[in-house]
Amino acid sequence: MNTRIYHIATNTFREAVRDRVLYNLIAFALLLTGAAVLVGQVSIEIERLVVVNLGLTAVSLFGIVIAILIGIGLVSKEIDKRTLYTVLSRPVQRWEFIAGKFFGLTGTLLVNTLLMSVGVFGALLHVSHRLGAADVSVLIATYFIVLQFVIVVALALFFSSFSSPLLSAVFSFSLFVIGAFSEDLRGFAHMAHGVTQWLATGVAYLVPNFSALNVISRAAHGEAIAGQLIAFNTLYALTYTLAVLAAATLIFERRSLK
Amino acid sequence: MKRSAKIRLVAACLTVACLASSVVVLRQVDTVRSGATLDDFLYISSPKLVKRLSLGYEGLLADIYWTRAVQYYGGVHHAGGGSFKQLWPLLNITTQLDPHLIPAYEYGATFLTAKPPAGPGMPQQAIELMQYGIQKNPDDWHLYYNLGFIYYMDLKDYPKAAAVFQQGSDKPRAHPFLKVLAAQSAQRGGDAQTAGLLWETMYETTRDKYIRENAVWHLRALKVDQDVTRLEELVGVYRQKYGRLPTSLIEMVRAGLLPGVPLDPLGNPYKLGFEGKVLVIDPESLPFIEKGLPEGYSAVTVPRAPAEK
Repeated sequence: MNTRIYHIATNTFREAVRDRVLYNLIAFALLLTGAAVLVGQVSIEIERLVVVNLGLTAVSLFGIVIAILIGIGLVSKEIDKRTLYTVLSRPVQRWEFIAGKFFGLTGTLLVNTLLMSVGVFGALLHVSHRLGAADVSVLIATYFIVLQFVIVVALALFFSSFSSPLLSAVFSFSLFVIGAFSEDLRGFAHMAHGVTQWLATGVAYLVPNFSALNVISRAAHGEAIAGQLIAFNTLYALTYTLAVLAAATLIFERRSLK
Repeated sequence: MKRSAKIRLVAACLTVACLASSVVVLRQVDTVRSGATLDDFLYISSPKLVKRLSLGYEGLLADIYWTRAVQYYGGVHHAGGGSFKQLWPLLNITTQLDPHLIPAYEYGATFLTAKPPAGPGMPQQAIELMQYGIQKNPDDWHLYYNLGFIYYMDLKDYPKAAAVFQQGSDKPRAHPFLKVLAAQSAQRGGDAQTAGLLWETMYETTRDKYIRENAVWHLRALKVDQDVTRLEELVGVYRQKYGRLPTSLIEMVRAGLLPGVPLDPLGNPYKLGFEGKVLVIDPESLPFIEKGLPEGYSAVTVPRAPAEK
């Protein structure tokens, strides 16, 4: 990573960490994880399941909310505050600005997820009294959640590069919901015929596939997750993110900032 | 005190006071509201729709629905019984959301088969639930055991029970008792020994204390039923020998038919009732017994205290 991207990323990280909303969300997620232990006691034989399901769902949803809420303001806020002009008046390329912002927020979410995961594994240790081989799938599920964040940050940044924060939030959240239904979209595409099938298939592949990245239920049951799935999901998240970031750069490069 | 400090103090006091008042008011609201509580209402009854709305987080929703099912069953059971009309929809949604949630099949079927007023008495629905569970988890022997148990105990369909136990015994890491149960169900379906074996297996394989307690109650009831049958046979022997019915069990001891006055599983002596009927002293403390009950007395199906083996 070049030094300019590095500086923008670290500043974005610092700014996000200074944001009080971020701290509140971490505290809330840890609280939820703690609640998981209590919920496990009012049910029958699902203590571990509740801890994993509730813990990872909280990690995922809070991370998505953070990614969207902070991501949508990454470019527009800089324009509103006119700090973007100061940055771009230096020898900084616009693509470097986008990349720096992306790495900064992704780093924030990585630290955030790490803290939340400590809470999840702590709760898991509390209910199971030991960690076993089955818990590796919990770690993999967490890794997939991080991959989800990477895509969502890229999408929020993409919308932020040309739209207002409010619209960017609506677009990003809508895409997240549509992405959760991507398997159904492909199912509909299979059922359609002719041009409709082509269009539906195109849309199904255009929207991010979040369902493939959600293995929380499998992790909760301690099911093994194939190495191939890990490799392909990683590759998919990277290529999709790169595509979205490239599109964001394309728009941002052409955008008039006068 | 500064003006701003005063305002802060008043605001803090007001916050605490108002919050406390809202709790008091809410408790009053609860007393005014009708009997129809949220517990007895399902906002969405379609499992497919619930799954769609979960946005991929169906595991957590399944846990919530399962907890709701447990709390619902426990609540109605604790209140002395009811229609249990939401039990089946709750279990159906739970298992459709997470088809690998094994406790929902195991305990759900137990809830469904419990006879009124302790449960809804729906063995057919319990079978449907178990069959769906087996379809989704074909290698889990616990589900075959539970299905065979329902066929044996609730439907008295011994050939089917034997077939299901046999299927289960072929599964990986199956409990060795399944083979015994399969053989006994096929050869001696309906006898007390096989029923006892089933409840013993239930006691040994379950991890839940309430299910273990339930198994203990049933084992005790089986013991009472066996004891009463044997004692009434001996009363018949006495009658044949002396041409009259004995007036008490002590008389039978004196006649050499019994080594001493027999005790029920709770340690109380059995007593002789009208027309040579053998009775238990405290039928309230022996739920599920079918024999030894006083005339016109229905068997207790809701245990009133925890059991100890």
